[in-house]
Amino acid sequence: MKRHLLEAADLDRADATLVLDTAAQIDQALAGREVKKLPTLRGRTVVNLFYEDSTRTRISFELAAKRLSADVLNFSAKGSSVSKGESLKDTALTLEAMGSDAIVVRHSASGAPHRLANWVRGSVVNAGDGTHEHPTQALLDAYTIRHRLGRLEGVRVAVVGDVLHSRVARSNVRLLHTLGAEVTLVAPPTLLPVGVGSWPAEVSYDLDVVLPKADVVMMLRVQAERMNASYFPSAREYSRRYGLDARRMGALGDEAIVMHPGPMNRGMEIAAEVADSVRSTIVEQVGNGVSVRMAVLYLLLGGAPS
Amino acid sequence: MTLLITGARPYGEDAADILVEDGRIVAIGEDLAATGAEVVRAAGLVALPGLVDLHTHLREPGREDAETVETGSRAAALGGYTAVHAMANTDPVADTAGVVEQVWRLGQQAGLVDVVPVGAVTVGLAGERLAELGAMADSAARVRVFSDDGHCVADPALMRRALEYVKALDGVVAQHAEEPRLTVGAQMHEGDRSARLGLTGWPAAAEEAIIARDVLLADHVGARLHVCHVSTAGSVEILRWAKSRGVQVTAEVTPHHLLLTDECAEGYDPVFKVNPPLRTDTDVQAVRLGLAEGVIDAVATDHAPHAVEDKETEWASARPGMLGLEQALSVVVATMVETGLLDWRGVADRMSARPAAIGRLDGGGLHAHGRPLAPGEPANLLLVDPGTRAVVDPAALASRSRNSPYAGRELPGRVVATFLRGVPTVLDGKAQK
Repeated sequence: MKRHLLEAADLDRADATLVLDTAAQIDQALAGREVKKLPTLRGRTVVNLFYEDSTRTRISFELAAKRLSADVLNFSAKGSSVSKGESLKDTALTLEAMGSDAIVVRHSASGAPHRLANWVRGSVVNAGDGTHEHPTQALLDAYTIRHRLGRLEGVRVAVVGDVLHSRVARSNVRLLHTLGAEVTLVAPPTLLPVGVGSWPAEVSYDLDVVLPKADVVMMLRVQAERMNASYFPSAREYSRRYGLDARRMGALGDEAIVMHPGPMNRGMEIAAEVADSVRSTIVEQVGNGVSVRMAVLYLLLGGAPS
Repeated sequence: MTLLITGARPYGEDAADILVEDGRIVAIGEDLAATGAEVVRAAGLVALPGLVDLHTHLREPGREDAETVETGSRAAALGGYTAVHAMANTDPVADTAGVVEQVWRLGQQAGLVDVVPVGAVTVGLAGERLAELGAMADSAARVRVFSDDGHCVADPALMRRALEYVKALDGVVAQHAEEPRLTVGAQMHEGDRSARLGLTGWPAAAEEAIIARDVLLADHVGARLHVCHVSTAGSVEILRWAKSRGVQVTAEVTPHHLLLTDECAEGYDPVFKVNPPLRTDTDVQAVRLGLAEGVIDAVATDHAPHAVEDKETEWASARPGMLGLEQALSVVVATMVETGLLDWRGVADRMSARPAAIGRLDGGGLHAHGRPLAPGEPANLLLVDPGTRAVVDPAALASRSRNSPYAGRELPGRVVATFLRGVPTVLDGKAQK
């Protein structure tokens, strides 16, 4: 494992598999236990440095660190470094001076974790940077797929929605490719980046063509405000062409699952009856997120398992 | 004052002595002698006319923490320049006779290069109404180049009027070609790398669309147009087409667009953030060929000093721009001379004669720039050692800022001496004041 987890490309197949296997071991070790806590990172300090509101990701990392017995600091620094006065670098050096061993960072600027990694000696974990990556989300998604379907090699994954602005999509494309899955991106052309052709993924504009062949459908959050910049004409038209409703869910194979990183826009990209169906792994993903983040922190700070 | 430069190779050709008196070259030939002359031994060095930069940000007034007219002048002299155009995006903006005269006077006081102010096209660079272009042209600063650089004159009707109006001033509008609606939030060249890095793309078409529009406007009203920092292969094609039709258009390319690509954005170090952004290898090859061919007329630095705190940030928060004055000639040697695309006469043409002509600095007797190395001409010249290669150390730069994209790179071509009207501004690679 590298010292930092900045993007999915930091993990080769062996490393990624190690994270998933470690998460599985942690799940097993804690299953049925009353005290869901391991002593592994006792005395280590993990800082959650969040420049963006993200209660879900923050509490997931917080719980992960606490279950490993680490001391956890939550540093919420909303607004950009420039407008708030203290620079990212000064904040990083301050946290390091306080003895942080790992910094988990969420930032609205793509590449902010990479900058941070240049300035601190401890490990940096990217918890989502701008429209770049969100590697632990991809890890928990891969973990969920493997858990449900029993494998990743050859699994056909459709990633549907606002790929252009999605850090979840970027991390998933890279990680799933590393792990042998086959990814198809489905979106209106306006929500795919110029240059998407260089990604290790297929591209389709037609959800109905892709669905029958998909083992996994991963729906991305689409902000209705995107229509104001003409990415699509209206929320209704988007939903009609790219939303996953009960009718479309009927086109899926028997074993196929439906995923969503949350938070969902019910009625926009995903219908309520789909989100609440037995195919849906959405709640499971949240639980798996804690195990996978425990595995990441453990491997970065505590070393490989014996 | 009499100066004798011995053994230099004018334009890289046969060695000769160059005799300078009272600011002018009086003789070039073998075994010249002059009693009492200060002698500069230049065996093995190439002599070129003093370089002229069409595009420099000196930051004064307003951001003297990043650069001043004096520190920027020193950087320019060390780069072999004898004249630099100072862009208008200062604070206050150089949109009045008062501000351009202030900058011009500061340049004269520093006395290292002739600082030629560029006037803003529109009041406050706001792109809404014309600044008093005539007042700036008639001022002591004699402004001939007008630019809102940093901003595009995006309104097509306003651009048309600006092009027309400066005809009466023998002026030129230097356009920062960037369709702003296509570059909202843009951070880097739009392509494979921006897609992966999650940085909002700056499409080549945003530059090319404005150049296409403006060459048509310049043709229509019979005016001169200059295009700043051409960065794409498509722009070169449009310029080639326009020139073949006889449009009075000139263009410049920066050293960094001759050398660097968007690969530099990997790692998110904002020292490589610049506007227009670093492009692809295909674009780099195209602008090199365009410069060799003369479709691109000039190399202009777009020297853009920034304080540390404006670069040591997240990519998106960092200011765009990079240093250029002290390494420009070295980059041209590396990308154009060592590749066989330009000979030394070509370098002199693209870095001295043509930019001076575009800025209308090539007339005016002793105060002219961009003139050939010949008896009777002003003694603005530089001596460069083309063989010496050195690793760029930002800490050693004369600029007040440190945002050099060439840090740690080995580049050829050391400027040994620069003379402004016969007075050495640089000797042995050191600024003389």
